[in-house]
Amino acid sequence: MQYHLVDELKRICGEKNVYDSPEDKIAYSYDGTPLYYKEPLAIVFPQDADQISRIMKFANESEFAVVPRGAGTGLSGGSVPVDNSIVMVMTKWNKILEIDQSNLTAWVEPGVITGNFQREVEKIGLFYPPDPGSLNVCTIGGNVAENAGGLRGLKYGVTKNYVMGYEMVLPTGDVLKFGGKNYKDVAGYNLRDIAIGSEGTLGIFTKILLRLIPLPQRSITMKAHFNSLLDSGRSVAEIIASHIVPSMIEFLDNTTINCIEDYTKIGLPRNAAAMLILEVDGRGDIVDFEANKILEILKTNNGQGIQHTSNADEANILKTARRSAFSALARRAPTVILEDATVPRSELPVMIEKVQEAARKFDLMIGNFGHAGDGNLHPTCLIDERNQSELDRAMKAFDFIFEEAIKLGGTITGEHGTGLAKKQFFEKSAEIPALDLMRKIKSSVDPNNVLNPGKIFSRSPKCESYKF
Amino acid sequence: MCLTTCPTYDLTKFERSSPRGRIQLIRAVADGRLGITPAFVDEMNFCLDCQACETACPAGVKYGRMVESARVLIEKTKTRHTISDRIKKIGLNFILTSRIRLRIAGFLLWFVQASGIQKALIKTGLLDLFGKNLTEYLKLLPQMKFRNTEGMLKGINLKPRNPSYKVAFLSGCIMDIAFSDVNYDTVKFLLKNNCEVFIPRGQVCCGSLHAHNGEMDTAVKLMKKNIDIFSSEGYDFLVSNSAGCGAFMKEYGHLMEDDAEYKERAGVFSEKVKDFSEFALLLDYSQKMKSPEGVVTYHDACHLVHSQKISSQPREMLSRIPGMKLVNLHESTWCCGSAGIYNVTRYEDSMKFLEKKMGNIRETKADLIITANPGCMLQIQYGLQKDGSQAKVEHPATLMNRLMREE
Repeated sequence: MQYHLVDELKRICGEKNVYDSPEDKIAYSYDGTPLYYKEPLAIVFPQDADQISRIMKFANESEFAVVPRGAGTGLSGGSVPVDNSIVMVMTKWNKILEIDQSNLTAWVEPGVITGNFQREVEKIGLFYPPDPGSLNVCTIGGNVAENAGGLRGLKYGVTKNYVMGYEMVLPTGDVLKFGGKNYKDVAGYNLRDIAIGSEGTLGIFTKILLRLIPLPQRSITMKAHFNSLLDSGRSVAEIIASHIVPSMIEFLDNTTINCIEDYTKIGLPRNAAAMLILEVDGRGDIVDFEANKILEILKTNNGQGIQHTSNADEANILKTARRSAFSALARRAPTVILEDATVPRSELPVMIEKVQEAARKFDLMIGNFGHAGDGNLHPTCLIDERNQSELDRAMKAFDFIFEEAIKLGGTITGEHGTGLAKKQFFEKSAEIPALDLMRKIKSSVDPNNVLNPGKIFSRSPKCESYKF
Repeated sequence: MCLTTCPTYDLTKFERSSPRGRIQLIRAVADGRLGITPAFVDEMNFCLDCQACETACPAGVKYGRMVESARVLIEKTKTRHTISDRIKKIGLNFILTSRIRLRIAGFLLWFVQASGIQKALIKTGLLDLFGKNLTEYLKLLPQMKFRNTEGMLKGINLKPRNPSYKVAFLSGCIMDIAFSDVNYDTVKFLLKNNCEVFIPRGQVCCGSLHAHNGEMDTAVKLMKKNIDIFSSEGYDFLVSNSAGCGAFMKEYGHLMEDDAEYKERAGVFSEKVKDFSEFALLLDYSQKMKSPEGVVTYHDACHLVHSQKISSQPREMLSRIPGMKLVNLHESTWCCGSAGIYNVTRYEDSMKFLEKKMGNIRETKADLIITANPGCMLQIQYGLQKDGSQAKVEHPATLMNRLMREE
């Protein structure tokens, strides 16, 4: 069976684009998600949309699964192989096809690296804001499939706000083109948004049309720390209530501050309960006006060590703490589980307390940081996966955290996706009619369940045949 | 994070040629899921060990150590040795372990080069009969020097009356026979800046070439010998002018952690090691210098920027030279493909990395390329030659000494 599979794939894509050595299988058995691992039957690098289409048809005939993959930086197991699957790697599709300066749009191939694309459009004064943490590695295709977020979500939105259209190969092998350069287009169902965030379960992108905006001219970066969580929470609430939309409001808790200080020794206040790093951007005097207003709010809410700058180098220094947050935490333990529970921003202070409660209750080290402006937190659990008891406690802690997030009207994932890692939480927390509808969509688009099966949700609630 | 900084992943876009891919392969071998297959060996050897991924890693994973352990394992389990394996073994374990043998080898090679035999060999194309790249390898060889470091420094007083620092100096193995001029410049620069220079006799190769090529036992012997010999006298710093040696000597302390007898002294030894540029910043030299001619650019040697995290110091050192026109080299931290003996063991791959480097160098329009590792110097020199470029490669110590006025 496998010989036949590899031979046929080679016939479709060419000898040089199909791999099945033990070494290659190991190297494509994982993505950026800890704890998930499975070897595929083969790895294929398709050269054009027609090849993808033929592979999908072949998959339907021969009943193997196809798992699409970009750079493999995802944090929910979206591109980890499943049973009886091949991995389809899109990283070589890395061309920017067109930048249309009259319509402010760009056609790109899915393997274009997000950071490279940003630098390219910034050269001509344009801006593509979504900036997930792995932007220098991850691909646009993966970003659209996961609806990736980033630091600028509050003001500029996330990936979905910048996708105007796409061409994708459906699980049956048909090629679907949808959307275009129209800012307004209401013809038919909005198939665009069903594809965005579909985590590679509904189709494989072959081209993506992105929206661009003018690059902000200047920015002011600010920093303050607080002796109580309440004060930091109040500051954020007041800034938002004063109708200022900063391009960034980042939050660090005491555990994270201490880990960063241990690692960078940049003189952070070890006793501070929280730290905020903020940025406003735009044109002319408005930027100063907004910054002054924010500084005032920080002061009245007992902000300590307040600093601000419009100089890019100095801003970088202020942002060092936030940038090193993940590194500093990651160095503490062999296994780092980075989650992304998100709540309506008014509930943020409560959610922060709940994360601290989880750390105490289950006796774990959990650092907490994240995008305070949009309610997206990154509770980060530091454990050793070889210690079973610690691993079990971590799972219980996340169960608790997700439950509390849902109670507050929040969600189990703000930007990483559900994939395999959060599937069980999703199935528990999602509304039954919504889950049913999603299952129906999946089975009508992919009747034989060949494209990234078993991700996000199991196909049927009682089916236990998929084991990951 | 590591993927974008890895030269081999950049070239192939294959996950197994990436740092995390290799780590997974090493893990699979350690867990017994994968044997030491030819593809595994190839992947471990394809790695340049440039450690750019270590600089990028948010979690501080010590990738270099993992690959080196994997190479040790590969060497240990080898049942058949090819001719080039044997030559490598003789080179590492017989020639490089003894100063006398090394100097004899250096002299023989010098004779071949100086007498015109090498040129004749290249010209006649006779060597092509033995393998298509042999001629190219010869061009990559450093020009041996007739006199070693000791010979060049003969008659020079290494002990000024009231020295500001007492500096120990490792004259090295390859440095000693092929770059004794750089060693001379280093020592002269230190002397001109009122340092006493201590070059203990009986010192040996630092052991890095052995460790990087899976010969850890020999490396340990060399390390112990150096620790014994250097600690016979007190000194402030041990200045290294070779990025590879410096990086490795800074690791002695860590590598000897489990050796009760040497642990402590190894730690002290490593702490005193400083790169030439690190140490130069302690000196007040700029008043006594001439301005350099032309435009200068700086290429980061992997063992400086990635292993030792030294990147601002050499630039700062150069910019303190009056009238210095230093231009930025794009992707200066990317490996040039020299990587120890990689350009000989994997010539074709190495040339792809060199081509990328040369493209960036051409763009700077620099007249002088400064880099602090002998391997990089040879590789870039070779690249310039191929390009037919007039630009020159120089070690920072050579430049510093050349521009320094005599007292």
